[in-house]
Amino acid sequence: MARQSFALMPDEPIPFDPALAAPLLGKGSHNGWLGLRYRDHGEDWVELELPWRADLLGEEEEEVLASGPIISLMDMASGLSIWTRKKLFQPIATLDLRVDYLRGSKPRASVFGRVQCYHLGHSAAFVRGIAHDGDADDPVAHMQGVFMTIATDPRNFARG
Amino acid sequence: MAEINAASGQLTPYAHSLGIAVDRVEGGVPVLVVDFSNAVEGRPGALHGGAISGLLETAGYAALRGELDRIERKARLKPINITVEFLSAGKPRQTFSKARITKLGRRTANLVVEAWQVNRDRPIASAVMNVMVKDEEP
Repeated sequence: MARQSFALMPDEPIPFDPALAAPLLGKGSHNGWLGLRYRDHGEDWVELELPWRADLLGEEEEEVLASGPIISLMDMASGLSIWTRKKLFQPIATLDLRVDYLRGSKPRASVFGRVQCYHLGHSAAFVRGIAHDGDADDPVAHMQGVFMTIATDPRNFARG
Repeated sequence: MAEINAASGQLTPYAHSLGIAVDRVEGGVPVLVVDFSNAVEGRPGALHGGAISGLLETAGYAALRGELDRIERKARLKPINITVEFLSAGKPRQTFSKARITKLGRRTANLVVEAWQVNRDRPIASAVMNVMVKDEEP
């Protein structure tokens, strides 16, 4: 019996899994409000889906998602790509984020955000990615950003 | 009040749905406000970076729409890009945002936007935006 319970607690922490973590991170927050969904991931990248919704439109008559939710999509995919590359969940804060809008997404189309963490420094993580509406070779936006890790000391965490 | 209503009427469905409203109009430029709620929460007890960006971008468009109306120029706006700098964590309280148009040209506009909470002199985030301005056919 004792052996079995040890087997459930491995010495090595379980590596961060964006497929399992994404639904939990969204609960009762901005990401949940947007309805962001996990799509796919690799060693250092994650893709999320922002489903089309009438109350997220930029201009009512055009049925195209506003640019604001696309920033949020890329921000969330950035965080997940950093934790995936690190294989560890650790509080992070966005330092700087740039989005270039190449074109509007198709009417009533979901927008997908695919972000790669291309460099992990000691406390800074560098990310770049694209947003597309079905074909990753024909992006609607490009983004790049830098995130800072927040010290895990709970006093620092509370201070944000 | 008429100014506030006019500016509110131009906010996007996304902005209304996130809880963004026009708090006041200063010298013709709308000051937007968003209350803290689940919809804008990121890490527990902190504002989400994406929600802050959405507020900044909305404040940029509000300022630009207001100026285009003032000079009676009918134009369609399309985003070119936005760069957001996050200066400090957003706390669970009201957040304000106001933009300054640095250039309104024939084809593009450039804006600087800030968001703050208690102290306006210590913004929690700032952004630079470029917007395509396409005049509508008369």
